[in-house]
Amino acid sequence: MVELIEMILLPIVVLFLAAGVFFMLAGAIGLLRLPDFYTRLHATGKCDTLGEVLIIFGLLIYHVYYYSPGAELSVQLVPVKLLFLICFIFFANPTATHAIMKAAYNTGVKPWKKGDRRM
Amino acid sequence: MGEKSSAKSGKGFRIFVTFCAMFLFWLLLSGILDPIHVGAGIICSVIIAFVSHDLLVTQKWDKMLRKSGRFIIYIVWELWQILLANFDVAYRVLHPKMPIDPLVIEFDTSLRSDLAIVTLANSITLTPGTITINIDQEKGRFQVHAIAQKPADALLVDKTMQEKVAKVFMEE
Repeated sequence: MVELIEMILLPIVVLFLAAGVFFMLAGAIGLLRLPDFYTRLHATGKCDTLGEVLIIFGLLIYHVYYYSPGAELSVQLVPVKLLFLICFIFFANPTATHAIMKAAYNTGVKPWKKGDRRM
Repeated sequence: MGEKSSAKSGKGFRIFVTFCAMFLFWLLLSGILDPIHVGAGIICSVIIAFVSHDLLVTQKWDKMLRKSGRFIIYIVWELWQILLANFDVAYRVLHPKMPIDPLVIEFDTSLRSDLAIVTLANSITLTPGTITINIDQEKGRFQVHAIAQKPADALLVDKTMQEKVAKVFMEE
């Protein structure tokens, strides 16, 4: 029974971690490949949010299965803290992206148009 | 939030709700149940409840509950959109020719309240191909940077997201 649960659970954890790493990687490649400030923020602002959340969610599942049973209360509360972390990332990340974007736009950074030279 | 004071819950009730929320948060984060830690939590929660009881409970209780319910349904839809957004960005970034054609668009909405505008702005930033640049709260005007024409059309023509946010925060 324990083997069966681990056989299902571990691949799910690995899947979450792998998906998270894939999106973080896509964000990093986007940061390098895209032509200007604004389009780079598209890559980092979106991919980092989901990438981090997926990685944290994978760790959460792992923790609930391997550390929570029979542990003391402060250890059992770690998944709750991870959930709070996910919430805060979902609020803070787009807000920070918007703040950087607004600051750049108001100081007059020109958006790249199709056909322009790479900056 | 532009609400009349008659539409609010009583002051004592607001303080009580804020205290409960803060103390629950304290317990979840600390996880130590001896008198010193719990006592410190109660003192801190009471101070916070008295200072900031206006922030958490801003309207009548049943109205807030109904809004929260609709908001949770909206979050589920939003999570799906976020997943689509990430595949979209990954596709554009990893494609050898990089199919991007950035443009800046503007549109008006009927939203006025702080929370509704913040929700829409963050949703725009998280969904496929668009990031909020500027918001004029008086006119409800959004300025948005889109990475290509198609995501821009989703905001300019379809307006699905604006309608959904407006439905969540509508006043009965």
